[in-house]
Amino acid sequence: MPKILKDPEMNRCILCYSCMLACARHNYDSLSVDRAALMVRTAGGMQGRFVASICRSCRRATCAEACPSGALTQRPHGGAVFVRERCIGCGRCAPACKAGYLQMEPHLRIPLFCKQCGLCARFCPHGCLVMEEANAHA
Amino acid sequence: MPERTAPRILEVDLAARRVEVTSRPDLIPALGGSGLAARLFGERFDRDPAAASHLFVLAGGPLAAAYPLATKVAAVFKSPLTGEYGESHAGGRLGLALRFTGYDAVVVHGRAEHPVYLTVACHDVAFGDAEAIWDLSCDESGRILRQLQGSPGTRSILRIGPAGTRGVAFACVNVDTWRHFGRLGLGAVFGAMNLKGIVVSGDADEPLPRRGEYLKLYREIYDTVVKTDALSKYHALGTAVNVRGLSGAGAFPTRNLRQASFEAADAISGEAFAERFLLRQIACSSCPVGCIHVALHRKAFDAKEHEYESKGVSYDYELISALGAMVGVGEPAGVIELIEAAESLGLDAISAGVLAAWTIEATERGLVTPADTGVEGLAFGAVDAIAALLSRIVRSDLPFHAAARRGLAHLAERYGGSDFAALTAGNEMAQYYTGYASLAGLAAGPRHSHLDNAGYSLDQKNPDLPPAEVARLLVEEAECREVLTALHVCLFARKVYTPELTRRALAAAGIDMTAEEIAAVGRRNLLYKHALRGRMGFRYDAVVFPKRFFETPALGRTLEPGRMRATLDAYAARVAELAEAASAQAGGGGA
Repeated sequence: MPKILKDPEMNRCILCYSCMLACARHNYDSLSVDRAALMVRTAGGMQGRFVASICRSCRRATCAEACPSGALTQRPHGGAVFVRERCIGCGRCAPACKAGYLQMEPHLRIPLFCKQCGLCARFCPHGCLVMEEANAHA
Repeated sequence: MPERTAPRILEVDLAARRVEVTSRPDLIPALGGSGLAARLFGERFDRDPAAASHLFVLAGGPLAAAYPLATKVAAVFKSPLTGEYGESHAGGRLGLALRFTGYDAVVVHGRAEHPVYLTVACHDVAFGDAEAIWDLSCDESGRILRQLQGSPGTRSILRIGPAGTRGVAFACVNVDTWRHFGRLGLGAVFGAMNLKGIVVSGDADEPLPRRGEYLKLYREIYDTVVKTDALSKYHALGTAVNVRGLSGAGAFPTRNLRQASFEAADAISGEAFAERFLLRQIACSSCPVGCIHVALHRKAFDAKEHEYESKGVSYDYELISALGAMVGVGEPAGVIELIEAAESLGLDAISAGVLAAWTIEATERGLVTPADTGVEGLAFGAVDAIAALLSRIVRSDLPFHAAARRGLAHLAERYGGSDFAALTAGNEMAQYYTGYASLAGLAAGPRHSHLDNAGYSLDQKNPDLPPAEVARLLVEEAECREVLTALHVCLFARKVYTPELTRRALAAAGIDMTAEEIAAVGRRNLLYKHALRGRMGFRYDAVVFPKRFFETPALGRTLEPGRMRATLDAYAARVAELAEAASAQAGGGGA
């Protein structure tokens, strides 16, 4: 069964950035956390909660619906598949995201789109991020 | 990742509101971090010593963002507390934010005409009007700066509190709420420069190292850090784990160091904090350990009406010692309250505790009175009175307060209590009271910190070594740590970043150096700092160890002044020997 990214234990997050660094390193050839397909940040400063902005693997991926070039297409078990070669950089996908997650990378002119590779979860020291079976909450 | 490219330096003139970016290939041999910061500071100091009170340098290391726990930043400045060389290190998000601005170091000099805050970004440096936030606490000014500066991403906010703006010589700089440039008074340097804070905001892309081994090595280091026991104590109980052991061994400064063991140690142990007060652990960015321990501070502001306020307050071993045992406070809630008081004011918590402890003893002895301090009921264990004392030292203007703002050395001399002022070379002592190696190391180390050369460890492992051997080992350890703080690796990871791993990590990041070359950086940086410290006024033979150190046994052993002096002299001799050898080598080589 395919797996999708979930963030069930963000109360345990220590804001180490290892997840974003892993995504940047493995998926974007970059050391910069700005080139990551997820974002972990504070909600209300360092005294507050730490929250994750991740792809929510929608059964009806509105990002894919908005894409005019077929770069984003619905994945059967949730979320979408991004094919970079087809992306024309129009940016319609980002505002269409129902979770407010998707961002365009301004220099690369592509969406920073989660490919559900699970490396962020692999590099989380406290299991805040996990890869779960797609039908777990059918 | 740039391959040994020249460090890119941002220079900011606060008076003229001008900036300059320079490239310094001549500074490549310093490697980065504390070595780079020291040299950038030193060259300006040498040109114009008088201007050094309005000068500081922040520098990151070449491994920032590339590997776990390698993302710290060093600050170098002239310490308002000691009048001499000052160095301090901080984590938080600063290392990452600075890396992504593309600057390896930031040199800030001059005095702003009006209160300002700086914003340093990839493509802009701006001067903001800090009038509205000038008197606010570290917390509140941080919140407003965050709000004003809007964008998320890798941003770090340095800020001072009232202690800094009022020129308290042991004022700290808060970094991202939980971390600090804590010691030796960088906060007062900011204040003297009319600088309330700095927002560092980096969004540059940093391409990945091209070397094949990099991804694999990152994984290897990450797994060693997270999956082995190598750093488990730091995220479990944190440094607070040391309370029980050090008190049991007789190395825990208590009641102004009248004792080295606290009968209430169990009550304020790391275990006690964790069981009842620990809310969460937090990490500095790019560190998967999370050694920042945040406790619940809960306080009734109207006890009758049961009205409560609460917030998170971070604690560490040295804070539990300085604002706990040193001032006779034996329960966590009281310690947390005092830490919060120091945080809110923007004071170095360790210096605050040691100075407060002295004041309590001086009051007991009648050298200082409530009329002097403006505080009634000051005694060991009197949390409210101690908190009031700290507040008054920052905000009030009786002669005692003005004197206290200059630090304990000045205060004790003025009121006649130097014998029991726990100071090492003008700095309120670090909280590891183990013996000759520790005290000599605290006096001689660039930060006057136990982490400079780990004397406390030597005292425990090998307490009977002759002074010359102690000195040799301390200096050797200091040289290793100079390498780490150039990279800038957090010293908690010192056992992970062995010389061999360091060499591999640099190589995989595109920086090819042999083990010998890397070690040579450590020696070079150590010697550079020692020479600079000398030019800034440090004299080994001017260091006075207070009588208290020879009254209270350390690790159960009473220390002798003669042997203490011999140990420090041996350290000085060892450094001189290395300096001699280095200059002979340089002279012989020819250029």
